[in-house]
Amino acid sequence: MTTSTSKPAGTVGAGEVGPATSSPSPGKLPPRAPWLVVGAVASVAVLLLFVGVSPALVVIGGLAANILGICLWSRLVEGRRAATDRMVTAVVATAFVIAMIPLVSLLYTVVSRGAARMDAAFFTNSMLGVVGEGGGAYHAIMGTLIVTGLAALISVPIGIMTAVYLVEYGKGRLARSITFLVDVMTGIPSIVAGLFAVALFQLFFGPGIRLGIMGAVALTVLMIPVVVRSVEEMLKIVPNELREASYALGVSKWRTIVKVVLRTSVAGIATGITLAVARVIGETAPLLITLGAVTGVNFNPFEGRMSSLPVFSYYSYVAPGASPAPSIDRAWAAALVLMLIVMALSLLARLISYLFSPKIR
Amino acid sequence: MSISTEPQASPPGASTRGRPSRQVGDRVFAGFATGAGILILLMLAGVAAFLLAEGFPAIVAPAEDVPGGQGFVAFAWPLLFGTLLAATIALVVATPFAVGVALFISHFAPRRLASGLGYLMDLLAAIPSLVYGLWGVTVLAPATVPSARWLADNLGFIPLFAGPASTTGRTMLVAGLVLAVMILPIISAVSREVFLQTPRLHEEAALALGATRWEMIRMAVLPFGRSGIISGAMLGLGRALGETIAVALILSGLGIITFNLISGQNSLTIAANIALDFPESSGLAINALIASGLVLFLVTFLVNAFARYIINRRSEFSGAN
Repeated sequence: MTTSTSKPAGTVGAGEVGPATSSPSPGKLPPRAPWLVVGAVASVAVLLLFVGVSPALVVIGGLAANILGICLWSRLVEGRRAATDRMVTAVVATAFVIAMIPLVSLLYTVVSRGAARMDAAFFTNSMLGVVGEGGGAYHAIMGTLIVTGLAALISVPIGIMTAVYLVEYGKGRLARSITFLVDVMTGIPSIVAGLFAVALFQLFFGPGIRLGIMGAVALTVLMIPVVVRSVEEMLKIVPNELREASYALGVSKWRTIVKVVLRTSVAGIATGITLAVARVIGETAPLLITLGAVTGVNFNPFEGRMSSLPVFSYYSYVAPGASPAPSIDRAWAAALVLMLIVMALSLLARLISYLFSPKIR
Repeated sequence: MSISTEPQASPPGASTRGRPSRQVGDRVFAGFATGAGILILLMLAGVAAFLLAEGFPAIVAPAEDVPGGQGFVAFAWPLLFGTLLAATIALVVATPFAVGVALFISHFAPRRLASGLGYLMDLLAAIPSLVYGLWGVTVLAPATVPSARWLADNLGFIPLFAGPASTTGRTMLVAGLVLAVMILPIISAVSREVFLQTPRLHEEAALALGATRWEMIRMAVLPFGRSGIISGAMLGLGRALGETIAVALILSGLGIITFNLISGQNSLTIAANIALDFPESSGLAINALIASGLVLFLVTFLVNAFARYIINRRSEFSGAN
């Protein structure tokens, strides 16, 4: 709160007295009125802080005083309806600011705590034989890339073909039930997807099995509905005229779909897939119970335990061992890397859709 | 598939339906597409079937073999209670703020700022839950300790704040608040989408009749967007129910039933319990965890089906416009 109010606070001394005595037009507050109230409240709040009132009380009181202030002022000058409007505006803006506080704090914490280990060793070393200082997340980063890549490899073809079925072929009960089940799958908790992979592999390979491919299967369950949904949306907005033009030229249906429909929507599909990857790459819970964790590098998803970035971060935090500080630093660094990957993928998705989207007139 | 009602968006299959598809390629491709669809049906059936197959032994096992020694119901009920409690806190805290944020971005913020803010919220919705959990346990938990103590001292007569206040701040209240922060971007994204779809003419008509901005929102935007808020809240609830790692980082396992939100002795959620216990479990304990996962699956299934029902009802309703 203080950050957003500090700016207008400087101008208050002069501004506060002016408009109150000479309002620009009768029955109307000056356009800057909300900021003037914010400034007035903020300056009083700063004063109270200096006097020694508890900060929590000042912030809560300040937010309330701000809403009440603009409401009262408007009530006196503009009447009841305008006052309600002003009050709602203040309440909504306050809700926005309050909601932003934890999110900003989160971003700040991750960046500041994670920056400590953003060095070359973190990206090139594994944790094999490392106790205390040093070590890195190379094995975890590679594990995450392999498992997520495998999951994408399985779910992208299935997802695209399902979306093609739903948009181009789907009729009647089968299509309706697939649509419904895709919706249901969107809401499957990630840990349940992990348990599904465990139950599946445990049935065939016996208890205690941990494999990279199990993690990929779990992520596939989470990824397919996202891919289907976004590809479906993209296929739906391909104009029907394009399909009809293709049919009119005697092109068969499947060639029309491959060469015209999918070709037209390729940018949207790529965007959707990128976002789907961004969604599953940060999943911790299913990988925790399917991959296990190792300290060394394992590139083979079909044999033995693998490490992954989220699980590495989790274990570094909850089980830091004898000297906790370096391990907790590694946990934050891994969390930061993970967040950067997700952000980069989201930006990449934006970029793809911006650069390659078909120019439909 | 709601699109079949609109002639303009009807699938092209309709136009070619009468034509027999003679080409082999056509049939193969159609077969692949249908096969992919059926595969999804099988996969979801497989999720339910395999969870049931592996969870069933724990449900029918003699009471003393299940972890806790009192049968599966006694094992799962406190966890289900904790799951519902944490998700309820999250929903109650997050929904008003999410609606406020959505309204701010869709109707109050300056136009040029609005799209940027919307994009920022989408980015925040994509942040991995692990990061939220780490933030909750390092930043939020210690920060709540003084308030929790104050609540225990002054409002201790309310069972929710009976205390004694936890000294580490790793309480049910903090878990619920972290979940609230997590689901806020989701609820607000869904609500914002719906608010922005309010028919422009309704809004302008209200303004032209002399309504203030709030009156316009109350008369045009909120009635139109109510189902969007509800379905967004349901989707957020679904995510809060299933959230694992953030809760597992904050709560340590006790698994008791208590409404006391600020004490160190707290309930645990199904998902967090699986994450905490699974790596060290074997034998029937694994089956019990899988069975509890099945319970979670059913609960989230119901919540999501309800959300979809509301969304679909709305899309039929708004199709009339």
